[in-house]
Amino acid sequence: MNERLRTLRLWFAPTRIHDEGDTPDYRFSLANERTFLAWIRTALALIGGGFAVDQFLPELARGVRAGLALALLAAGVLCALRAVNHWVRCERAMRLGKDLPVSRFPTVLGLGVATVAVTMVVVVLFGWEGP
Amino acid sequence: MTTAGRDPGLQPERTRLAWRRTTLSYTVAALLAVKQVPLPVVSLIALTWLGFLRMAHRRVLGVGASRPRPLSLRGALAAAACTIALAVLAATMVLHPADG
Repeated sequence: MNERLRTLRLWFAPTRIHDEGDTPDYRFSLANERTFLAWIRTALALIGGGFAVDQFLPELARGVRAGLALALLAAGVLCALRAVNHWVRCERAMRLGKDLPVSRFPTVLGLGVATVAVTMVVVVLFGWEGP
Repeated sequence: MTTAGRDPGLQPERTRLAWRRTTLSYTVAALLAVKQVPLPVVSLIALTWLGFLRMAHRRVLGVGASRPRPLSLRGALAAAACTIALAVLAATMVLHPADG
Protein backbone atom coordinates (compact mmCIF):
# COMPACT_ATOMS: atom_id res chain seq x y z
CA MET A 1 0.00 0.00 0.00
CA ASN A 2 2.84 2.33 0.95
CA GLU A 3 4.46 1.44 -2.37
CA ARG A 4 1.26 2.36 -4.22
CA LEU A 5 1.05 5.72 -2.46
CA ARG A 6 4.64 6.55 -3.35
CA THR A 7 3.93 5.80 -7.02
CA LEU A 8 0.80 7.94 -6.93
CA ARG A 9 2.70 10.81 -5.33
CA LEU A 10 5.19 10.65 -8.20
CA TRP A 11 2.34 11.26 -10.64
CA PHE A 12 1.88 14.72 -9.20
CA ALA A 13 5.47 15.56 -8.25
CA PRO A 14 7.29 14.20 -11.28
CA THR A 15 10.73 15.62 -10.53
CA ARG A 16 10.91 13.46 -7.39
CA ILE A 17 11.61 10.48 -9.62
CA HIS A 18 15.18 11.81 -9.85
CA ASP A 19 15.53 11.74 -6.05
CA GLU A 20 15.88 7.99 -5.90
CA GLY A 21 18.58 5.70 -7.20
CA ASP A 22 20.75 6.26 -10.28
CA THR A 23 19.79 7.25 -13.81
CA PRO A 24 19.77 4.01 -15.84
CA ASP A 25 21.37 3.61 -19.27
CA TYR A 26 19.27 5.82 -21.54
CA ARG A 27 18.58 2.85 -23.82
CA PHE A 28 16.61 1.15 -21.05
CA SER A 29 14.58 4.29 -20.50
CA LEU A 30 13.85 4.52 -24.21
CA ALA A 31 12.73 0.88 -24.27
CA ASN A 32 10.42 1.63 -21.35
CA GLU A 33 9.08 4.63 -23.27
CA ARG A 34 8.33 2.48 -26.31
CA THR A 35 6.45 0.01 -24.16
CA PHE A 36 4.45 2.92 -22.77
CA LEU A 37 3.65 4.08 -26.31
CA ALA A 38 2.60 0.56 -27.30
CA TRP A 39 0.09 0.60 -24.42
CA ILE A 40 -1.14 4.04 -25.51
CA ARG A 41 -1.73 2.61 -28.98
CA THR A 42 -3.65 -0.26 -27.43
CA ALA A 43 -5.77 2.30 -25.59
CA LEU A 44 -6.34 4.23 -28.84
CA ALA A 45 -7.36 1.02 -30.63
CA LEU A 46 -9.93 0.27 -27.90
CA ILE A 47 -11.27 3.84 -28.11
CA GLY A 48 -11.44 3.61 -31.91
CA GLY A 49 -13.31 0.32 -31.45
CA GLY A 50 -15.78 2.11 -29.20
CA PHE A 51 -16.42 4.71 -31.90
CA ALA A 52 -16.74 1.97 -34.52
CA VAL A 53 -19.32 -0.02 -32.53
CA ASP A 54 -21.39 3.12 -32.04
CA GLN A 55 -21.10 4.08 -35.68
CA PHE A 56 -21.18 0.90 -37.75
CA LEU A 57 -23.80 -1.16 -35.91
CA PRO A 58 -26.77 1.21 -36.12
CA GLU A 59 -29.34 -1.60 -36.36
CA LEU A 60 -28.55 -2.86 -32.85
CA ALA A 61 -30.81 -2.00 -29.94
CA ARG A 62 -29.56 1.25 -28.42
CA GLY A 63 -28.87 -0.28 -25.01
CA VAL A 64 -26.70 -3.09 -26.37
CA ARG A 65 -24.80 -0.75 -28.66
CA ALA A 66 -24.17 1.87 -25.98
CA GLY A 67 -23.14 -0.86 -23.51
CA LEU A 68 -20.57 -2.38 -25.87
CA ALA A 69 -19.24 1.05 -26.91
CA LEU A 70 -18.92 2.25 -23.32
CA ALA A 71 -17.21 -0.99 -22.28
CA LEU A 72 -14.58 -0.51 -25.00
CA LEU A 73 -14.12 3.19 -24.14
CA ALA A 74 -13.75 2.41 -20.44
CA ALA A 75 -11.16 -0.25 -21.28
CA GLY A 76 -9.30 2.37 -23.33
CA VAL A 77 -9.24 4.85 -20.45
CA LEU A 78 -8.04 2.16 -18.02
CA CYS A 79 -5.36 1.15 -20.48
CA ALA A 80 -4.05 4.72 -20.83
CA LEU A 81 -3.98 5.28 -17.06
CA ARG A 82 -2.27 2.00 -16.42
CA ALA A 83 0.25 2.80 -19.20
CA VAL A 84 1.44 5.83 -17.21
CA ASN A 85 1.42 3.94 -13.93
CA HIS A 86 3.36 0.98 -15.28
CA TRP A 87 5.87 3.27 -16.97
CA VAL A 88 6.51 5.08 -13.66
CA ARG A 89 6.89 1.81 -11.77
CA CYS A 90 9.33 0.42 -14.35
CA GLU A 91 11.33 3.65 -14.36
CA ARG A 92 11.58 3.58 -10.55
CA ALA A 93 12.51 -0.11 -10.49
CA MET A 94 15.30 0.55 -12.99
CA ARG A 95 16.60 3.50 -10.97
CA LEU A 96 16.64 1.45 -7.77
CA GLY A 97 18.06 -1.66 -9.46
CA LYS A 98 15.04 -3.74 -8.44
CA ASP A 99 13.11 -6.38 -10.42
CA LEU A 100 10.66 -4.98 -12.94
CA PRO A 101 7.08 -4.98 -11.66
CA VAL A 102 4.80 -7.80 -12.75
CA SER A 103 1.15 -7.17 -13.47
CA ARG A 104 -2.06 -9.06 -14.08
CA PHE A 105 -3.42 -6.26 -16.25
CA PRO A 106 -2.60 -7.93 -19.61
CA THR A 107 -4.58 -11.01 -18.55
CA VAL A 108 -7.53 -8.93 -17.39
CA LEU A 109 -7.47 -6.87 -20.60
CA GLY A 110 -7.25 -10.03 -22.73
CA LEU A 111 -10.22 -11.60 -20.96
CA GLY A 112 -12.17 -8.33 -21.29
CA VAL A 113 -11.52 -8.04 -25.03
CA ALA A 114 -12.45 -11.71 -25.49
CA THR A 115 -15.73 -11.13 -23.63
CA VAL A 116 -16.59 -8.13 -25.81
CA ALA A 117 -15.73 -10.10 -28.97
CA VAL A 118 -17.90 -13.09 -27.98
CA THR A 119 -20.75 -10.75 -27.05
CA MET A 120 -20.48 -9.05 -30.45
CA VAL A 121 -20.56 -12.40 -32.29
CA VAL A 122 -23.62 -13.49 -30.32
CA VAL A 123 -25.33 -10.13 -30.85
CA VAL A 124 -24.65 -10.11 -34.59
CA LEU A 125 -25.64 -13.80 -35.06
CA PHE A 126 -28.89 -13.58 -33.14
CA GLY A 127 -29.56 -10.02 -34.18
CA TRP A 128 -30.79 -8.07 -31.17
CA GLU A 129 -32.25 -5.42 -33.34
CA GLY A 130 -33.73 -2.24 -32.07
CA PRO A 131 -37.35 -1.22 -32.61
CA MET B 1 25.95 11.75 -37.83
CA THR B 2 29.25 10.02 -37.07
CA THR B 3 29.55 6.28 -36.65
CA ALA B 4 31.17 6.72 -33.23
CA GLY B 5 28.12 8.58 -31.90
CA ARG B 6 25.71 6.07 -33.34
CA ASP B 7 23.81 3.77 -31.01
CA PRO B 8 24.21 0.24 -32.46
CA GLY B 9 20.74 -0.69 -31.26
CA LEU B 10 19.19 2.32 -33.05
CA GLN B 11 17.24 3.01 -29.86
CA PRO B 12 16.51 6.71 -30.57
CA GLU B 13 15.28 5.90 -34.08
CA ARG B 14 13.03 3.14 -32.80
CA THR B 15 11.63 5.44 -30.15
CA ARG B 16 11.03 8.19 -32.70
CA LEU B 17 9.20 5.74 -34.95
CA ALA B 18 7.13 4.56 -31.98
CA TRP B 19 6.00 8.17 -31.41
CA ARG B 20 5.17 8.48 -35.11
CA ARG B 21 3.15 5.25 -35.05
CA THR B 22 1.30 6.39 -31.99
CA THR B 23 0.51 9.77 -33.57
CA LEU B 24 -0.82 7.91 -36.60
CA SER B 25 -3.02 5.74 -34.36
CA TYR B 26 -4.27 8.87 -32.65
CA THR B 27 -5.08 10.41 -36.04
CA VAL B 28 -7.05 7.33 -37.10
CA ALA B 29 -9.04 7.27 -33.85
CA ALA B 30 -9.69 11.02 -34.11
CA LEU B 31 -10.87 10.69 -37.73
CA LEU B 32 -13.26 7.88 -36.70
CA ALA B 33 -14.59 10.28 -34.07
CA VAL B 34 -14.89 13.24 -36.44
CA LYS B 35 -17.23 11.27 -38.71
CA GLN B 36 -20.09 11.29 -36.27
CA VAL B 37 -19.94 14.41 -34.12
CA PRO B 38 -21.31 17.96 -34.52
CA LEU B 39 -18.97 20.77 -35.54
CA PRO B 40 -18.16 22.23 -32.08
CA VAL B 41 -17.00 18.79 -30.91
CA VAL B 42 -14.87 18.44 -34.05
CA SER B 43 -12.87 21.47 -32.94
CA LEU B 44 -12.41 19.94 -29.46
CA ILE B 45 -11.12 16.74 -31.03
CA ALA B 46 -8.81 18.79 -33.27
CA LEU B 47 -7.45 20.50 -30.14
CA THR B 48 -6.65 17.20 -28.39
CA TRP B 49 -5.07 15.96 -31.62
CA LEU B 50 -2.89 19.07 -31.81
CA GLY B 51 -1.94 18.57 -28.17
CA PHE B 52 -0.79 15.04 -28.89
CA LEU B 53 1.03 16.15 -32.03
CA ARG B 54 2.89 18.84 -30.09
CA MET B 55 3.91 16.37 -27.40
CA ALA B 56 5.08 13.82 -29.98
CA HIS B 57 7.01 16.43 -31.93
CA ARG B 58 8.83 17.69 -28.84
CA ARG B 59 9.76 14.17 -27.90
CA VAL B 60 10.94 13.32 -31.42
CA LEU B 61 13.28 16.32 -31.18
CA GLY B 62 14.33 15.38 -27.63
CA VAL B 63 15.23 11.81 -28.56
CA GLY B 64 17.52 13.16 -31.28
CA ALA B 65 20.04 14.38 -28.68
CA SER B 66 23.29 12.45 -28.49
CA ARG B 67 22.42 11.29 -24.97
CA PRO B 68 18.64 11.55 -24.78
CA ARG B 69 17.03 12.25 -21.43
CA PRO B 70 14.27 9.89 -20.33
CA LEU B 71 10.68 10.83 -21.11
CA SER B 72 9.37 13.21 -18.47
CA LEU B 73 6.41 12.13 -16.38
CA ARG B 74 4.67 15.30 -17.49
CA GLY B 75 5.06 14.16 -21.10
CA ALA B 76 3.69 10.72 -20.32
CA LEU B 77 0.73 12.26 -18.48
CA ALA B 78 0.07 14.66 -21.37
CA ALA B 79 -0.01 11.83 -23.91
CA ALA B 80 -2.33 9.77 -21.69
CA ALA B 81 -4.55 12.80 -21.01
CA CYS B 82 -5.05 13.47 -24.73
CA THR B 83 -5.99 9.80 -25.19
CA ILE B 84 -8.44 9.88 -22.29
CA ALA B 85 -9.97 13.15 -23.56
CA LEU B 86 -10.81 11.36 -26.81
CA ALA B 87 -12.51 8.55 -24.87
CA VAL B 88 -14.49 11.01 -22.76
CA LEU B 89 -15.72 12.85 -25.88
CA ALA B 90 -16.68 9.49 -27.38
CA ALA B 91 -18.60 8.47 -24.25
CA THR B 92 -20.46 11.79 -24.27
CA MET B 93 -21.44 11.19 -27.88
CA VAL B 94 -22.63 7.65 -27.12
CA LEU B 95 -24.77 8.87 -24.23
CA HIS B 96 -26.11 11.98 -26.01
CA PRO B 97 -26.22 11.15 -29.71
CA ALA B 98 -26.57 14.15 -32.03
CA ASP B 99 -29.69 14.17 -34.16
CA GLY B 100 -29.16 14.04 -37.91
